Amino acid sequence: MSTTWLALSHGRSVARSEIPTVELNEFAKTLAAARADGARLAQLFGHRTAPDAMTVYAIVGRPADGDYAVCSTELRGPDPLAYPAATSAWPAAQAFERELAEEHGVIPTGHPWLKPLRYKPTVSGAPAPWGPFRPDVPIPGDYPFYRVEGEEVHEVAVGPVHAGVIEPGHFRFMCHGEDVLHLEIVLGYQHRGVEALLMHPHPVRAIMAAETIAGDASIAHATAYAGALEGLADVEPSGRANMIRAAALELERLANHVGDLGALSLDVGYLPCASYLGRLRGDFLNLTLDICGNRFGRNLVRPGGVAFDIEPARAASLRDRLTKFQGELLPVLDLLFSSSSVLARFEGTGAVSGETAEEIGLVGPAARASGLELDVRHDHPTGVYRFFAIPVATESSGDVYARAAIRWVEIQRSLVFLQDVLKGAWEGDLRRPLGALRPNALAMGVSESWRGEAMHVAITDGDGRIEKVKAKDPSMHNWFGLAQALRGVAISDFPICNKSFNLSYAGHDL
Amino acid sequence: MICEHDMLKILKTRWGQGHQTTKFPDTTPTLPERFRGKPTVDASKCPPDCKECADACPTQAITVAPSLKLDLGRCLFCTECTAACPQGAVKLTQDYRLATSKRDDLVISGADLKLAESMSAELRRILGRALRLREVCAGSCAACDLDTNVLNTIGWDLSRFGIQFVASPRHADGLVVTGAISHNMVHALKETYDAVPPPKIVIAVGACAISGGPFRDSGAVKNGLEGILPIDLYVPGCPPHPVTILDGLLRLIGRIKRS
Repeated sequence: MSTTWLALSHGRSVARSEIPTVELNEFAKTLAAARADGARLAQLFGHRTAPDAMTVYAIVGRPADGDYAVCSTELRGPDPLAYPAATSAWPAAQAFERELAEEHGVIPTGHPWLKPLRYKPTVSGAPAPWGPFRPDVPIPGDYPFYRVEGEEVHEVAVGPVHAGVIEPGHFRFMCHGEDVLHLEIVLGYQHRGVEALLMHPHPVRAIMAAETIAGDASIAHATAYAGALEGLADVEPSGRANMIRAAALELERLANHVGDLGALSLDVGYLPCASYLGRLRGDFLNLTLDICGNRFGRNLVRPGGVAFDIEPARAASLRDRLTKFQGELLPVLDLLFSSSSVLARFEGTGAVSGETAEEIGLVGPAARASGLELDVRHDHPTGVYRFFAIPVATESSGDVYARAAIRWVEIQRSLVFLQDVLKGAWEGDLRRPLGALRPNALAMGVSESWRGEAMHVAITDGDGRIEKVKAKDPSMHNWFGLAQALRGVAISDFPICNKSFNLSYAGHDL
Repeated sequence: MICEHDMLKILKTRWGQGHQTTKFPDTTPTLPERFRGKPTVDASKCPPDCKECADACPTQAITVAPSLKLDLGRCLFCTECTAACPQGAVKLTQDYRLATSKRDDLVISGADLKLAESMSAELRRILGRALRLREVCAGSCAACDLDTNVLNTIGWDLSRFGIQFVASPRHADGLVVTGAISHNMVHALKETYDAVPPPKIVIAVGACAISGGPFRDSGAVKNGLEGILPIDLYVPGCPPHPVTILDGLLRLIGRIKRS
């Protein structure tokens, strides 16, 4: 594997010329071979280098080696460019190759599910493989739904505007009675053109775009984006800056995991826990507010470090409040997970097997719930995660219970981690200047958001200017997992299945 | 089936939680010292021809000519301007009250902000004591939606003011809109608005819905709600703190008078 792949790490750059290039027809086989060696697909994207040339990069995670690796292939010729799809052999590539087709009009030949992903015109204006972009037609009216037919089969259409105060998306259920035979999820409503803004000439505007890819994972995305830039600038943040980033990332995880368990309680009608957890989520957000003045951690992470300090007195106060909240939180979680009426709804609902999870490339709690030992904090530890290891939480049943239980365990481990890191005396500058970026280079930044792996890749031109930033939210991998979880499930269980994944529409749509 | 033992556990846990609902608006909320609230500008502190704050601003919220002005509708409360100004001509205060009735009121040239006024007496008669809102998220990052939804938790208990979020626009008296209005949501947003029976109100929550926020001019958004729907209340912020949103809603229904 070493000659076709080049090792890649968070916050490190590689020369573009060093990245191995494989033959067009070998690309899918190269990916399949990496998978056979235990790798997982982390990113696949195209970068147009000339009007008639494109480089397609694939990045895989190698959990056993503790790193990532990159390889590429070159597409040349007049439009439409085409290459044999990797998805045919490895379904984990499906969304990435649809993105490639939608952005550049490239045809991944043999792709079994070639449909629009976000509803946007191609960069060049050329038609996508499924036809030209039609901005005047509402999305559900312009989507080739997979249809199940039969006398007793009916369709249920939901969204884009949902019942709750949540993001927009369209769900189409093919049902036989109460049972869902197939769920198709159509997104794109939240497409805001974020990736272009990641290259904004104003550096603060650019990282704010990263912070708002998925607004509830601002720290994770800003850390990954900063890591890519730090790699290009060859700057390593100080221990103190890394500690503050990690503390903020775990607070982000705590708030969201607590909120998700509250939302799951609500959806099974167990109101006591829904009330307590909804309030406690806010208490964790308020700790982030205390650190940087914003509940979602905006403006805290900056390339080269952080913009706000956690002084010893603030660290002590944060620890005290964490101890207090822990005392209020853990009995509530104990109550939730010992309530038979809750467990009856959680257990066995919306199961995704480990095999399916690997095949479609799930990440984060959803992957760990199905038994995959994947966690960036463990597989590719950066910053203070190198010194304070967080064990990977796994379950095996892959159902709503497992996805909930993973959060329960991770909440406890994040609380322990926070007490540990906030106790330490961390040295170093809050923020180090970046300086010039390495020309003709590619760098990657990665972080384990509470949903899974967030990754940013940045590429520079010959003058050290950024010419491409590719962002990935873990939701890009996991929406297909929700669709799989619904197979054979009663449609009335959709809300708890959905909450148990709680994916980002904005992060997917970019 | 809940057995006796389970019931005791539920009661014990309930006892441990205590009373958690804020007394706002009867008491003022306590916010940490780093909380980034209402900016103020003071042109008298500006050196001649200085435009450091305007250059530092990532969203062009600040203009210096002909006079120093800051547009709260564009501001993301990021502190770049305050860091760029050693004279302290631009400052962020801890004032959480930011909502206005008019777009122009969000453009400040001093320390004062003309806060939102109550809806008309006629509207208040119909909606003031039972306001039902339908939320439409149209190109947000989800943070505004999350901190709007927080008002439904026991910490804020929005329903004690007669305000509720409902599932159907047909049951609603108005819309709360978040997001920069992505091209892909324009159709659904208009359909939802049309489905709300009149009289109806529209509330724009967050910098995105007001001006496009961090996504302004990306090419994939309409730079906010302006010109798409009539707006009755503007709540700036990225995202606004829940108390900022609640303060705006309570001013709109006349529960908080101007101060």
